[in-house]
Amino acid sequence: MQNEPKVFFKKESARFIGIGLVIFLIVQFLINTNLLNSFWSGIIFWGAAITILALGLNLIYGFNGQFSLGQYGFYAIGAYTAADITYRWTHGDPSGVAVVLSGALLTLVCYVGIAAFLRRFYRVTVMTQFTFYLLGTVFSFAIAVLVLAQPLGRLAQTILSALPGGLSQQIVFFIALLGGAALAGIVSYLFGIPVLELGSDYFGISTLGFTIIVKVLLDNTDTILPFPEMKGARGMIGIPQWTTWPWVFFSLLLVVMVMRNILHSSIGRAIVSVREDERAAELVGINVANAKLLAFVVGSIFAGLAGGIRAHDLAFLHPQSFNFIQSFNPLIIVVFGGLGSMTGTLFTGFVWIILLEGILRDLPTGYETWRFVIYPLVLLVMMLLRPEGLMGRYELPYLRRVLPARRKTEETEPEEVPA
Amino acid sequence: MKGRPEGLPSDVEARPVVLQVDDVTHFFGNLRAVYAFDLTLHQGELVGLIGPNGAGKTTVFNLITGVYQASQGHIRFKDVELVGMPSHEIIQMGIARTFQNIRLFANLTVLDNVRIAYHPHAGYNLLDSILHTAQFREKEAEMTQHAQEFLAIFGLEERQNERAGSLPYGLQRRLEIARALAAQPQLLILDEPAAGMNPQEIDELMELIHFIRDRFELTVLLVEHRMRLVMNICEWLTVMDFGEVIARGLPAQVRSDPQVIEAYLGRQAAITR
Repeated sequence: MQNEPKVFFKKESARFIGIGLVIFLIVQFLINTNLLNSFWSGIIFWGAAITILALGLNLIYGFNGQFSLGQYGFYAIGAYTAADITYRWTHGDPSGVAVVLSGALLTLVCYVGIAAFLRRFYRVTVMTQFTFYLLGTVFSFAIAVLVLAQPLGRLAQTILSALPGGLSQQIVFFIALLGGAALAGIVSYLFGIPVLELGSDYFGISTLGFTIIVKVLLDNTDTILPFPEMKGARGMIGIPQWTTWPWVFFSLLLVVMVMRNILHSSIGRAIVSVREDERAAELVGINVANAKLLAFVVGSIFAGLAGGIRAHDLAFLHPQSFNFIQSFNPLIIVVFGGLGSMTGTLFTGFVWIILLEGILRDLPTGYETWRFVIYPLVLLVMMLLRPEGLMGRYELPYLRRVLPARRKTEETEPEEVPA
Repeated sequence: MKGRPEGLPSDVEARPVVLQVDDVTHFFGNLRAVYAFDLTLHQGELVGLIGPNGAGKTTVFNLITGVYQASQGHIRFKDVELVGMPSHEIIQMGIARTFQNIRLFANLTVLDNVRIAYHPHAGYNLLDSILHTAQFREKEAEMTQHAQEFLAIFGLEERQNERAGSLPYGLQRRLEIARALAAQPQLLILDEPAAGMNPQEIDELMELIHFIRDRFELTVLLVEHRMRLVMNICEWLTVMDFGEVIARGLPAQVRSDPQVIEAYLGRQAAITR
């Protein structure tokens, strides 16, 4: 029945990626020729990181309807994890590279096993599930830290030092980003199992609590947590500044494509149906708990990735920047751009950073405080005049939901259609 | 046989049992919503559950579909115990339902509403959907095809890309039934399908229910207030009042049952309509 020619990329996809690549080359050119100085390229990198973060939140809140203030917590987890891996690497300790990834992989294996085991029982309470998964995670990471860290670290060291320096640096950075995203994903899974059971408002409050917990733990990384290099409330310094435009751009592109592809599948429809009417979704056979958990974990993985990118651009991390007040930032971007509009988030994420941190910062001294007067006002006006978001229902052609064509009429069997 | 009236044709009695509700009691706090409820449905039957407001009819539906877990008793679907099973698994076993007040995914298209019910049969995983693999494209096309066939049967094909919430009321009802059928059930539970319909629409609905029952070889259980619909299409009825069964029988028998008349059909208008 499919008469369309078999092409790998549809027209919209080709155009989207093509325009993306042109933008990529232009910005790269501007950076190389120093027309875009490090302040402005930093703003763009920041904009991209915030956009990735906000896209993740849009998946959780805009598409799945779960109001979350926890996005900054996962952002922080990703940032600190990735930073710790590269920090240790540059300071001659390869174990970070080994521990996070091997721990994450072991955890994944454990989760598959636990899921298969729990499926044999009915009415397993969420707390029981949570306990099982928590034990699995602790077990996996204990093995990773105690058993695998040394041998795998040495192995990584030997392999990577055999490669040219620039390449091994890129590989370590890749592992760090992956590790940050993976850890954010694992934590969100553990946190999501019990908490997503709650109704939307309670879920929002719990995620706020989560952000505060993360912030407090980060304040005390050198005292109650065994990470002296993170220096607790004094802030972590000495993170290599490895974020470059290609990393930023391709991370963003990857996130957009993954999110778009998930949303345009049956899984994406299941996620959206939960937002529309949870009870009805359940009663057409959707596993609501799974759909929520999936959106939450994928959104948090995006947050972790954004954190890694931001950490290696700023080269400095401070717990205060992951304060719960900050966690409203991605929320504001998502609401501004329109709940359930990817285009809106893409657009607003960049504009928000460029305006607030770029242009308005260039105001004469004494006026920069006006930023925080102007922007709540803009928000208010926005909510009054355009509650559906800046972009409303508009999506770029690539991100637009595919509306299937009508069936060919000759196929319609002469079935009796009552009235 | 428990949960059935006497004197049903023997060929019906010979068919396999689809649903068996056995001595089910349910409490909301101290309120006894359903008490010692029995119901046995054989394959292909079209049965009505009636009773005055608050009699516990919708609660029975919610117990069958796992929205509530029965405090006592057993519910078996093709010999599988449903009590304790989560709703989505019950639905995937082959029970589908509609709601008293329509619950569509209002902001999604008509086609997507139907395709969502098809999700458990999607046949591809997360990785396929992230990469849009060949498997994904094939299954997705298949799913769309099936959904469109359902829409064609219900006369909604022309409107497949419209927002479900923007359809007129009668079509929303139809879409909800189409969505329920897309889950490929063997037992269809309709909760007041004629609510808010005018007499002509009810006539169409009656025809539609008969049609889908025969076309998809369904067993149908329905709650309805409109006597005109119930008396015309149901093969037999169970009448509830205050959570208990007060009568069972063929429509004609129920209509003349003094207890039923007192509890529910007492208003003369309801009988003669």
